[in-house]
Amino acid sequence: MSNTAALSDTFQKRIDAEEKIEPRDWMPDAYRKTLVRQISQHAHSEIVGQLPEGNWITRAPTLRRKAILLAKVQDEGGHGLYLYSAAETLGVSREELIDQLHSGKAKYSSIFNYPTLTWADIGAIGWLVDAAAILNQIPLCRCSYGPYARAMVRICKEESFHMRQGYELLMTLCRGSDEQKAMAQDAVNRWWWPALMMFGPSDADSTHSAQSMQWKIKRFSNDDLRQKFVDQSVPQAEYLGITLPDPDLKWNEESGHYDFGEIDWEEFFQVIAGNGPCNHERMSARIKAHEDGAWVREAALAYADKQRQRAEKAAA
Amino acid sequence: MSSDLFQYVIRLGDNALINGQRLAEWCGHGPFLEEDLAMTNTALDLIGRARMLLTYAGELEGEGRSEDDLAYFRNEREFRNFHIMELPVGDFAFTTARQFLVDAYDYHYYRALRDSADATLAAIAAKTLKECEYHLRHSSEWMVRLGDGTEESHEKITRAVTGLMPFTPELFAADEVDRAMQEQGIGVDLDSIETSWNQEVDRVFSEAMLERPQISFTRGGGRQGLHSEHMGYLLAEMQSLQRAHPGLNW
Repeated sequence: MSNTAALSDTFQKRIDAEEKIEPRDWMPDAYRKTLVRQISQHAHSEIVGQLPEGNWITRAPTLRRKAILLAKVQDEGGHGLYLYSAAETLGVSREELIDQLHSGKAKYSSIFNYPTLTWADIGAIGWLVDAAAILNQIPLCRCSYGPYARAMVRICKEESFHMRQGYELLMTLCRGSDEQKAMAQDAVNRWWWPALMMFGPSDADSTHSAQSMQWKIKRFSNDDLRQKFVDQSVPQAEYLGITLPDPDLKWNEESGHYDFGEIDWEEFFQVIAGNGPCNHERMSARIKAHEDGAWVREAALAYADKQRQRAEKAAA
Repeated sequence: MSSDLFQYVIRLGDNALINGQRLAEWCGHGPFLEEDLAMTNTALDLIGRARMLLTYAGELEGEGRSEDDLAYFRNEREFRNFHIMELPVGDFAFTTARQFLVDAYDYHYYRALRDSADATLAAIAAKTLKECEYHLRHSSEWMVRLGDGTEESHEKITRAVTGLMPFTPELFAADEVDRAMQEQGIGVDLDSIETSWNQEVDRVFSEAMLERPQISFTRGGGRQGLHSEHMGYLLAEMQSLQRAHPGLNW
């Protein structure tokens, strides 16, 4: 057995034994590359995800809701920070990753390319989008790569809090006036299908799944997680008195799950390809913030440099 | 109910609310992630402070108005914040300079207000002071980084400070409400706050290699509900949903 083959063999045995892989451990290049791609996509999703909800901070209808929303969007930025840090343990800088996002080379979750048109969208995002994120992310708390798994533990705790806040927001609207109920229903009509798409292509079309399963980066298939999401969302929608916008949605006694309609994959691939309703706006906002901030980052570095020189001079 | 006390409290509440509303505009748009989080954190503190103060103002008034009634259903002429709070965010230099000037004011103000004869205000001040300490530390550090950073940053922060200084005399102009509250041991002595504020500003400006600009004109009137033209737009945005659907729970 060659040296690399022996290392690969040991590596897979450690994974099979549920041992965590740490930054200084040997790992196959492809494993490192997969993790960098996935963790950075995840980090990008968090910071791009600040934008659609951030759109309502200045217009939140009560001060309590304003504070909750600010805290939530701040949490998302915080998740971005843990995740960029986790990615950096794999030998890539945050600057490189952000360049990849801005150049369009790196992807982020398709969901954030939809607009937040009314206040009820903030509730629908919390209830559906955060719930879908949690289902995707809970298995990642047991991911084979230690720094990623540990970041996810913290993220999942906060996400479940966000989901409850979103559901409570919708509950308030659904117990409110006819206009508020209509606002809630309209938001769910617009967010339901994009939320289902968050689990990615169906298993047959998923390019990275098999290898990620073997490496225990991924533990459940896209379709299994999507089914779980539908099964948990239907009774929650009933409790709200909201109709989910899918005429094919019905309980299947035999399978013990809800059947649901066909996802419009053409829409999904269009959004991924950059042609969703807000892709351009989201990227423009990120690039603008980064470019407008360049002089600030330069000033901070220049000042730190001066301070260092002064300290050296004083010590000499 | 003392209408002077109501006025005194609602002014503090409005300052926190309008400053928080402006700072929150940065959320998701900061110059880098850590600073985005820091600005949002300060905005959250300010909104939290506004909630305590406006709730208390509503209690003092005794007409059943909640924090939200006061925030969302008063018109421009009824808001009592200083002009400096309502100015548009501008660039990072402008936001930094505004926060620094206001943080230095708030720090000394709330430090003194801890000794208020009004127990509720004293308690709010004690809680608020802890936040003011790290807000001031944070904005002072940025004043120095920008002032003593690059030529470009020095130029930008100088321009921001020059633009903002005419709005600062309003912070110390005591009127009959301030005087009545000070006499009753409830309010603070604005003269002594001004002295401390000047020392703080001089200290940080000197470390930041900034000249203190001469003021050739001043702006004010917030105490009388006479605001800048920016205020109407700020309120139109903030209040839009409540105004479109009044009387509902959100």
